[in-house]
Amino acid sequence: MLLYAVIYGFIVPVPDTMIGESLRNVFYHVGMWFGMTAMLTTSFIFSLRYLKGFSEKEDLVALEGVNVGILFGILGLITGMIWAKSTWGAFWVRDPKLDGAAVGLFIYLAYLILRGSIDDRHKRAKVSAVYNIFAFVLWIVFVLVLPRLAGSTIHPGQDGVPIMALDLSPITRTVFYPAMAGWILLGFWILNLRVRILKLHMKNEELKM
Amino acid sequence: MLFTEVKALIGKDVRLELKQKYVLNGILLYLLSTVFVTYLAFEDLVTTETWNSLFWIILLFVGVNGISKSFVQENPARYIYYYTIASPQAVVLSKILYNLLLMAILASLSFGLFLILMGNRVVNLELFLLVLILGSFGLSSILTMVAAIASRASNNFSLMAVLSFPVILPLLLTLMKLSRIALTNADWTGSQGPLTILLTINVAVVILAYLLFPYLWRD
Repeated sequence: MLLYAVIYGFIVPVPDTMIGESLRNVFYHVGMWFGMTAMLTTSFIFSLRYLKGFSEKEDLVALEGVNVGILFGILGLITGMIWAKSTWGAFWVRDPKLDGAAVGLFIYLAYLILRGSIDDRHKRAKVSAVYNIFAFVLWIVFVLVLPRLAGSTIHPGQDGVPIMALDLSPITRTVFYPAMAGWILLGFWILNLRVRILKLHMKNEELKM
Repeated sequence: MLFTEVKALIGKDVRLELKQKYVLNGILLYLLSTVFVTYLAFEDLVTTETWNSLFWIILLFVGVNGISKSFVQENPARYIYYYTIASPQAVVLSKILYNLLLMAILASLSFGLFLILMGNRVVNLELFLLVLILGSFGLSSILTMVAAIASRASNNFSLMAVLSFPVILPLLLTLMKLSRIALTNADWTGSQGPLTILLTINVAVVILAYLLFPYLWRD
């Protein structure tokens, strides 16, 4: 599905809009944000579950959700910046959506630093789960609230910015939806692999002891 | 039960603060010198916009400094003692309320200093004071929670800043938006929306603190 989207995303004829060929970026850039949000939501849910049962596996999923989410976030920023350079003429413009994405990254980098500064394994899992839940809620508030405060955004996908999501022609839709699903599934796949690797590491250590 | 515990714990915090006056004096002096440094640095460049941004950024930094000590001021053994006599909810609520008191004092002081040094820019004083109170509450609740998280880790102080700045942004931007209205409009037009957001953030943070703090409390 993803392979289809990646390849077909380059060759499908795009409708003639004012941003022209750069519309193709929608198959990659938007997918990154879908992937990041899916990963961070997973991480949030597993942090909640960790605080309920204190099982170490759930903490691992939460941690890896953040790691993969950050990876997607950085890729999303890069693809977005390339597109922004060709469309708006600058890599970074002042816009609530861009700021929201950047703040999300700051929050989760801080989460990793917090994890790094606690040595005790159980304490680390508990404290970082608390921070994860606290920060995720506030980040969602930030993403939902900020565009309203600023009043307007030039980023596509909002009311009054008539380029993408709703205007996708049927032929781009045939790429767009599989692409989104593909990126999200890719995220879960990486997440799954990483969690399994970590679990094997843990087992290995136990065997050594 | 909860109420009496909270009251007793706030009383304890106030007495502790008055006993160790140098901590409080340190924060007050920090506030004074920061405002003075910005006053000297900006000379007459100060417009209403910069007045607004400077005011809240200074308040944020002073708040981070003042509140970061919340959970590391006392001997760890004493927290075990509190643990036996009070519920974690009472502890976190008392800390939030105590820090609200502290933030309100710091905010009004810094407002006073701004009035003296940089002139009065506020047109709608009622709205500004309301924003100041709600802002103190929001800052104190978020920073208390982050201080509790950071106190569990080593390398507490820089962690406090790193953890708190991104989570405090929605609150800070709403506050700036509201106080910009208070600085430019004489009436209340356009303030209802941000005020609702501000109240929602405050309530959400207190609920989160109430639910999550017990997990931080016990090892």
